[in-house]
Amino acid sequence: MENMQSNLPLIACLISLGAVLPICLFGEKRRNLREASTILAGILKLSVVCMMVPLIAGGKVLNFTFIEIVPGIELAFKVDRFGIIFALVASSLWIVTSIYSIGYMRGLHEHAQTRFYAFFAVALSTTLGVAFAGNLLTLYVFYELLSMSTWPLVTHHQDKEAREGGRKYLTYLLGTSVGFLLPAMIFCYLKSGGNSLDFSQNGFVSSFVNEPTVAIVLLLLFVFGFAKAGLMPFHSWLPGAMVAPTPVSALLHAVAVVKVGVFCIIRVFTGVFGIEFLQELDIGQIVSYIAAFTVVVSSLIALSQDNLKRRLAFSTIGQLSYIILGISLLNVYGITGSMTHIAMHAFGKITLFFCAGAIFEATGKKYISEMVGIGKRMPITMIAFFIGAMSVIGLPFAGGFWSKFYLVWGTIANEQPVLLITFLASSLLNGAYFFPIVFKAFFCKPEESLFEDKIEEAHPAAVIALSITAIGTVMLFIFPNPLFDLAKAAATQFLS
Amino acid sequence: MLQHAPVIHLLAPFYAAIIICIAGMWRKETAYPIAVTALSLSLLSAVATLIKVGIAGPVIYAMGGWSAPFGIHFHIDALSALMAVLIQVVALLTAIHSRHPIHSSIGEKSYLYYPLFLLFVTGVTGICQTADAFNLYVLIEVSALTSYALIAMGEKRSVHASFNYLLVGSLGATLYLLGVGYLYLKTGTLNMQDLNFIMTTRELFSTPTIQVALILLMVGLWIKMAQFPFHGWLPNAYTWAPSPSAALMGPLMTKVMVYVMIRFMISVYGLDAIVDSMWTTWVPYLAIAGIVYGSLMALSQHYLRRMVTYIIVAEIGYMVGAAWLATELSITAAFYHVISDALMTLALFLCIAAMRVRHDIRSIHDMENIFKKMPITMVAFSIVALSLVGIPPTSGFISKWYLISAGIDAGHWPYIIALLLASFANAVIFFRIFEIGVFGKKPAEGHHHEESHDKKYLSEAPFSMLIPCLVISASIILLGIFNQPFIEMISTTISSISGGEVLQ
Repeated sequence: MENMQSNLPLIACLISLGAVLPICLFGEKRRNLREASTILAGILKLSVVCMMVPLIAGGKVLNFTFIEIVPGIELAFKVDRFGIIFALVASSLWIVTSIYSIGYMRGLHEHAQTRFYAFFAVALSTTLGVAFAGNLLTLYVFYELLSMSTWPLVTHHQDKEAREGGRKYLTYLLGTSVGFLLPAMIFCYLKSGGNSLDFSQNGFVSSFVNEPTVAIVLLLLFVFGFAKAGLMPFHSWLPGAMVAPTPVSALLHAVAVVKVGVFCIIRVFTGVFGIEFLQELDIGQIVSYIAAFTVVVSSLIALSQDNLKRRLAFSTIGQLSYIILGISLLNVYGITGSMTHIAMHAFGKITLFFCAGAIFEATGKKYISEMVGIGKRMPITMIAFFIGAMSVIGLPFAGGFWSKFYLVWGTIANEQPVLLITFLASSLLNGAYFFPIVFKAFFCKPEESLFEDKIEEAHPAAVIALSITAIGTVMLFIFPNPLFDLAKAAATQFLS
Repeated sequence: MLQHAPVIHLLAPFYAAIIICIAGMWRKETAYPIAVTALSLSLLSAVATLIKVGIAGPVIYAMGGWSAPFGIHFHIDALSALMAVLIQVVALLTAIHSRHPIHSSIGEKSYLYYPLFLLFVTGVTGICQTADAFNLYVLIEVSALTSYALIAMGEKRSVHASFNYLLVGSLGATLYLLGVGYLYLKTGTLNMQDLNFIMTTRELFSTPTIQVALILLMVGLWIKMAQFPFHGWLPNAYTWAPSPSAALMGPLMTKVMVYVMIRFMISVYGLDAIVDSMWTTWVPYLAIAGIVYGSLMALSQHYLRRMVTYIIVAEIGYMVGAAWLATELSITAAFYHVISDALMTLALFLCIAAMRVRHDIRSIHDMENIFKKMPITMVAFSIVALSLVGIPPTSGFISKWYLISAGIDAGHWPYIIALLLASFANAVIFFRIFEIGVFGKKPAEGHHHEESHDKKYLSEAPFSMLIPCLVISASIILLGIFNQPFIEMISTTISSISGGEVLQ
């Protein structure tokens, strides 16, 4: 562990914020330039993040400090291995999503596209802010800013449904963060003597909490406070937010927003409490069972959804709880599995969302029951859908297999058969709600098919984007090592 | 020159008021530049004093060379100096902003508005500088009398509202005077430090006279600061006043009274005496009632300015509650919130006035598509709104952080819950406005498609109104990020006062 001062995290974080200006200036009239600036910013951002990777993989920690904002606490970035994994996922998928957005938004002649791209860029800045945050307060600052900057995206359609979705979104996210998180954080700050909220290996909670009850209450305040993670009973903003345009659902509600939620929870486990301290008090289990409950229930709800995006939303809730379950196992396999599942699920789920959007853009269909025979019309899309589904279920030849493998390994190592069964049952359920869609799309009887036997895909930009992520999902199966090396190193470091 | 700085920001507006009256008879348009120049000068002087106090500690200035306890005596510590800067900032920005709305609403006689404005500023500045309890009363009356006139200049109903305020306000001032009278009766002095010295050395605090004085003083001040349930005058007065008057008084009058309350608590009675009294157990509950009431009423308003007035009532509850938790941390929090809330209130009033001037927007329902019509004003408005909700890194978040810290530190959970609920209420209020402002009043029918992008709506406020909005919203963010010097200054001053500095 070697600390190093660096401006790179700040630059990476600000690039997309800087893109807001050209986006607004070019506006609707010069939309090609506007989209070009988005994509250019995305490429720059990814390259800056990539510049940090070799340093961090080599065991360095990059620091950047702005200013002391509360006595003893600075707004500060501290990039470690876990942070860089998340930053890599978010910034690489932003580029793909931007390509996809061009196809989707233009294909549907959406209104207010400038607003859309501008807030998208802001949201990405805040996401990286969360990934790089060096202490709890910085994390909170960016967490709140993310909620604010994504609200206009969720309500993009401006109709009744979108507004209700937006209201729900804010009520849940702001309610939990202000109601649970902020008091919990200030409590920690005051009780720890007001010195520091820095993430560290052993956490800072152990310095002032010795009763398990206080620790449990505090832990639950944090876990539910980060409602972006969609843990039940604070999950219902997520399906509500599916009214957003599909690129938003894809990046924000499969990658950035929800993953920020689980990212924060993992940070709380590893940096605020410290794994060792949690093992000592043996309170990880409570969170495991809440997560297990969420996994099973959300999968069952997903089965009953006919709206494809809602089904995907409930599937996301379940998958997020996989990650929470993994970290709450408190062993190296579980933690590695959690961290890698952030990336694996991101690639798989974004592919699925892209496909759902492509179907909507090309045919106007939202409901699964209307998609019988669609494989004949949109074969590329449906093959990509199949790959994404495999990844989410955790089958081989898709990246999701490896992370799920580690998660299951974690439950076995802890000798917790109930949780093991949860994982397996949930995988079956995942299969049950994904495979029929694919099956009916390709192998229905000719008279059942709702589509003509003619290939007509969505806007080419959308097809390119979903092919890229589908290929990415397969590549992650074939070459998982770089990712897993980083994650394992991070996990051992958290545990040592 | 510099040793007289503490009176320059008192006298500059005062003399400017007289000059305007004379010059106005000759040329009416001289009023505006004279007022702005005078206020810029006093802002410079206030900043100079603040720097001086920050470096060298409290400044004592005897008026006309007469020393205390016989003469009038300014005792300027960091708290007074900060308040003076705050007042000058608010006054200068409001004065710049006034030009357009005042000329369009009062017309011919608009030059007479500025002398009143400047006298009001003189009054509130004096309140924060003086160390003499009776002198303070005089200055309260100076600011109050001018404010009655400033309010009554507004629309038809403003006269009624102003008269109502006059009755209630005079009652408050009288109670305050009576309280000072009791203090004088028992101690024979009016100088604040002297009062504290005599009360502590002779252990007078528990005597009935001093106790009654405390009751009278506090009720008097609560009426003036519109603490629930004495807030009745405020909503009408600030809703119907001309918009620049509301923008001037809304942030200043109530906050200055909070300052006086804190001053009496720590400098006259002393924090130790306050902590021992029963007051600290029940006043926070009064504040909680105010917070809940103010937030609920604000939620139910459609008329924008009326909504802001109820937000003020709730915010006063924050400050009174924190002040009466009576720890050094909580008073620091209350004081920081005085500054941050004054800026937020000012920004709200300024933005609302800007909307009204261009598009005649008075209620939430008029705000359809306002983000397209006035994008720059709305950026400022959004920043303030987020600050009131408590989103980092604005000053509203920092004050909420300290207020909640104070609550946890004192173990007063009901107060914390009230604070959190008020934040939610503000979130509902402002996101409802955003929804209407961005998306229109009625939900779009079905799926929305590309619109024509004509800019015929776009009509921003005049520069003289736009600049203050932007300056103030930028300062809200800056005050949030660079809060440390302020907090440090406030907390060291408070702990040095309550640490028995007077006993030497």
